[in-house]
Order: sequence, then structure tokens, then C-alpha cells
Amino acid sequence: MAELVSHPDEVKVVSRRFGLGAANLDRYLELDGYKAAQKALQMTPEAIIAEVKASNLRGRGGAGFPTGMKWSFVPKESARPKYILCNGDESEPGTCKDRLIFEHDPHAVIEGVMIAGLAVGSEQGYIYLRGEYRYLIEIMERAVADAYERGFLGDNIFGSGRRFHAAVHSGAGAYEVGEESALMESLEGKRGVPRIRPPFPAVIGLYGGPTVINNAETMANVPHILLGGGEWYAGLGTPKNGGTRLFCLSGSVERPGVYELPLGYNLKKMIYEVGGGIWKGRQLKAVTPGGSSVPILKPEEIDIPADFDSMQKAGTFLGSGGVIVLDNRTCLVKYLLRTESFYQHESCGWCIPCREGTDWLKKTLKRLHSGGGIMQDIDNLAYLSENMLGRTFCPLGDAAAMPAISIVKKFRDEFEAHLDGKGCPFEEVEQLAVK
Amino acid sequence: MEFSAKFESRFAAWLTHYPIKRSVLVPSLLYLQDELGYLTDEAIREMAARLELTELEVRGVISYYSMLTTKPRGRYNVQVCTNICCMLRGAEEVFAAAKRKLGVGHKQTTEDGMFSLEEVECIGACSWGPAMQVNYDFHENLTPEKTEQVIEEYKKQAQ
Repeated sequence: MAELVSHPDEVKVVSRRFGLGAANLDRYLELDGYKAAQKALQMTPEAIIAEVKASNLRGRGGAGFPTGMKWSFVPKESARPKYILCNGDESEPGTCKDRLIFEHDPHAVIEGVMIAGLAVGSEQGYIYLRGEYRYLIEIMERAVADAYERGFLGDNIFGSGRRFHAAVHSGAGAYEVGEESALMESLEGKRGVPRIRPPFPAVIGLYGGPTVINNAETMANVPHILLGGGEWYAGLGTPKNGGTRLFCLSGSVERPGVYELPLGYNLKKMIYEVGGGIWKGRQLKAVTPGGSSVPILKPEEIDIPADFDSMQKAGTFLGSGGVIVLDNRTCLVKYLLRTESFYQHESCGWCIPCREGTDWLKKTLKRLHSGGGIMQDIDNLAYLSENMLGRTFCPLGDAAAMPAISIVKKFRDEFEAHLDGKGCPFEEVEQLAVK
Repeated sequence: MEFSAKFESRFAAWLTHYPIKRSVLVPSLLYLQDELGYLTDEAIREMAARLELTELEVRGVISYYSMLTTKPRGRYNVQVCTNICCMLRGAEEVFAAAKRKLGVGHKQTTEDGMFSLEEVECIGACSWGPAMQVNYDFHENLTPEKTEQVIEEYKKQAQ
């Protein structure tokens, strides 16, 4: 289950304890565990934040926001308690990295959350995992209980006289809850409908208190930054893109798996060398480089460094680190139809452009794929998705729009090949009754 | 209404984790459902009363989360991921094999109440697809043959 893979080009920071039994607290301590938290206890909050800023660590959930800066937005004085919220809702198709962190290095997550707490003056952390990850919730709960038992969590952490509490929280199946404001709603026991921003969570977040929300991989990196130094971590990546990243290779590659590579590693090399090339000797057709929501790349566009800024320059995003490889046997209309069916299913219905847009994208694609489409449908896909972009409270609308815009633009010929009743050139599809 | 001792001790512990009671709602519903098979009217009423919510508020939450259900499911809920990463490696054939083996379709339950089948969205097994979950257990790198074998194992367990 969720086998580990490795490649000589890997630089293991966040994955360095994978496979070493670090879910056991004693083993974790042998492997430098909780040294960073104890170091943080000797530092001022400003010094902790400065170290994280120096590391150029950027959010590993998808948006890539600089972590140190996010922490610095939390006001020093607050009438309400401050909270740390670790996002382990991991639901973006193509993304399966946090799973490995929770399984192999649960204490690193706790330690990261604790350090974030010390940096912003919070005494309570929550670690939210998607409900499907029950075995990981059990591992995390065990880890938290063990940390309490040793006095690493509680009212007097490491005998310092300081308090920090942490709890593990289970979701119950919802992609949208991975969005930070919906995540807070869910933790408050509500439907995961996003909040309007501003105010941002750093000012008014969970239970109305200032809240830091970071992805599990971001949190798990923090202890290593404190021990190794921000400068060391920054040096592993490219300018403004510090450190490494867990890349989840999936789809048509020979050796799919989660690999930790330095930020800026060449995307083409990642697919052909680390991933072992295209599955079954087929030809590469396209790459979705950052989870299902990001714009697609054609084979001639992938000779680029995989970091946040280079990806953006190439017109896409590094996103959640899910690199999805498509070969020449894949029908792009079907791929987009499956993608949009997902977003339609996950849309909470709060914002009309997303609720109606995803539904119409799905319907139109279904008709196109079955051979019942007309030329106007292809233009409609572009029109619909362009009008969803930037017009919703949370990024789910954008997530649905971006792949549609890019795929229609870059693979228009494939959509046209489905027209005039010809149907899908890749497989037989039952014609829809209504044209 | 009293639930199992195991649930009650969890529930009591959870209440201490949060500044508001309502925060325990989502995990409570999921763990209750694991014990009851589905969220019964009685369980919903009880949860609403305990957390000082209306039944409507609880039902509103249930309808939002895809894992929560107010309808009975089979003892083993077979959830096949057909999202893009699994699809690219043959998830449709895997789902077809599961349908064949169980003789039921999407969101249907076998007559003996042992199995239900569901086509689900990404379960976080993208690098190990095609994948499915039977209740909470992951089964990965599936082929149609392997899928039938896995289901066969559960059938044996069920007897």
C-alpha cells in the first residue's frame, strides 16, 4: 500500500525519515525528532519567522504563498485565541504526498504545527485529515497521544512552562474543504462553504481568532528548516523557491510514485528519467503538472524547471505537486470531461459561475465526446470557462476553468475530430439520445 | 439515546478539543455511521440534541459530505476511484470488473446486504492507481483480475 520509490536524483528532506519507522516516538527522537521544537523554544517568535522567511519556503498545498510571510501577518496582540490549522484534506486529483508524510513521519507534522504556534503565539493546533484517510488518522492520533504522554504537548511543553495543545480532526469527504476558508467552516462543524475574504484567516479565522493555515507538507518542512537553517533550505531550490518538493508522478509513466526533488528540477527529466519515461513505450501527449486544476502543457512545453515561478512563466502552476502524464492513447475530450465531472460533483453551489459553469461544462463535454456536438459547443466551452475565472469566492471555479481553457486552446483539433456525428476517435461511445 | 461505549468515550474526548461543541459534528457523524451502517433518524435527532442544533442543521451538514449517508449501505462499501489518474491506468475496466463481480451498479447494494458499490472521486492513491477503498482499506495497482480477487476475499470474510 502506497509503496515508496526512490531515485538517485532525490534530495530527501521531508521524506528523509520515510521507511525508517519514525511513527514510533523513540525512533523519531533518534532521528533528530523534536530537536527543532526545543530549539524554537529558545528563540523569539521574530527569529523563528525570520528563519522561515530566509528559507523561501512556499505553501505546498497549491498556491505557493511564502510561509514566513503568512505567519508574519498574524497580529501579535489578539483578544481571541490564535490557532494553527494543518491542512491534510489532500483531495486534488493527482496529489498523494501528504499520505506518505502522515504514515511515515507523523511527528514531523506535530512538530511543525508546534513551531508555527510558537512563532505566532498560538497555543492550539488542529491537524485536519480527509475522512477517507482513516488509517492515517489513527497513526496521527497515536502520535499526538504519545507526544502528550512525554510532555511534548500539553500545559508545560518540554518543561518550558509554555502551553501547546494539538488535536487530530477527521473530515467526511469533500474536496472543497481543502480550500482554507472552507476548511475552517468544516472544522467548526458546518458545510464547507467558503468565506468571503478579506478578512483573511491570519486576522479573523477559526472561531474568529487569528489563524495560520498550512498544508501538511509545508508543516513537515518547518522542523528541518529550523535545524538546518533557512539559508541551507533556500539553497536547495531556486531563487525565491526554497527547498524540495514531493512530486507525485501519476498516469502514463513507467515508474509512478512520490519523489522528493529540489524545486527547479527539470520537468521533462522528471518524467523521462525519474519516472522512467512514458508507460508501455507510448508517446507523450500532454502533462498536467500541478494537480488536475492547472493548465495543461504540450510535450514541447515541458523542458522547464519545476518551481513556482518558472511554471507560472510557462502559463501554468506548480500547484499541489501532482504531475499527471498523458500518453497518445488518451482522448483529451474524455480527460477534460472526467475532470469537469469531478469539479461539478465537488462544487458547493454557493457561487453561480461555479455551480452553473461546471454543470454546463460537463454537459457540453459529454455531448461532444459522444459525437453529438456542434462547432459552437467548442467555443462555448472556452466562453463558459473564461467567464468562471476569477468570479467565485474560492478557487474551485478557477480550478475547473483553467484546465478547460488550456485544453480547448491547445487541443482544439481533437474536439473538432469528435464533431459531425463522428464520435470519439479513441473509443466507442454511446450516442446521447438528445442532440 | 446511548451509543457504543467506544463511541461515547471518543465523543467525550472530542468535546474537550474545541471551544465550541459544534466542531465535533462532522467526525461524530462519520464515526457513528461506521457503527450504525448509516445515519438513522434517531441518531440524527440525538446528535442535534447533544450539540444544541436543529435536525435540519445536522441534515444540511450530512448532505454536504460525500462519505455521509442516511441510506443503508452494504457491510462492505466498495469505492472505485475513476478520477483522471486512475482512469489513465484503466480504472474504467476495474469499475466494470467490480460491477460484474458484485452484480450491482453505482450506488447499489447486493441483495444480501453484504456489498455496495460506488464510483468515487480521487481517494489520494494517484501514484498507485487504479485504486479502490473497501470501507477504509486501500487496494492499489489494480487490474480487473485483481479487483475480482480482492472482492472474492471479502466475500469469504463475509461468510
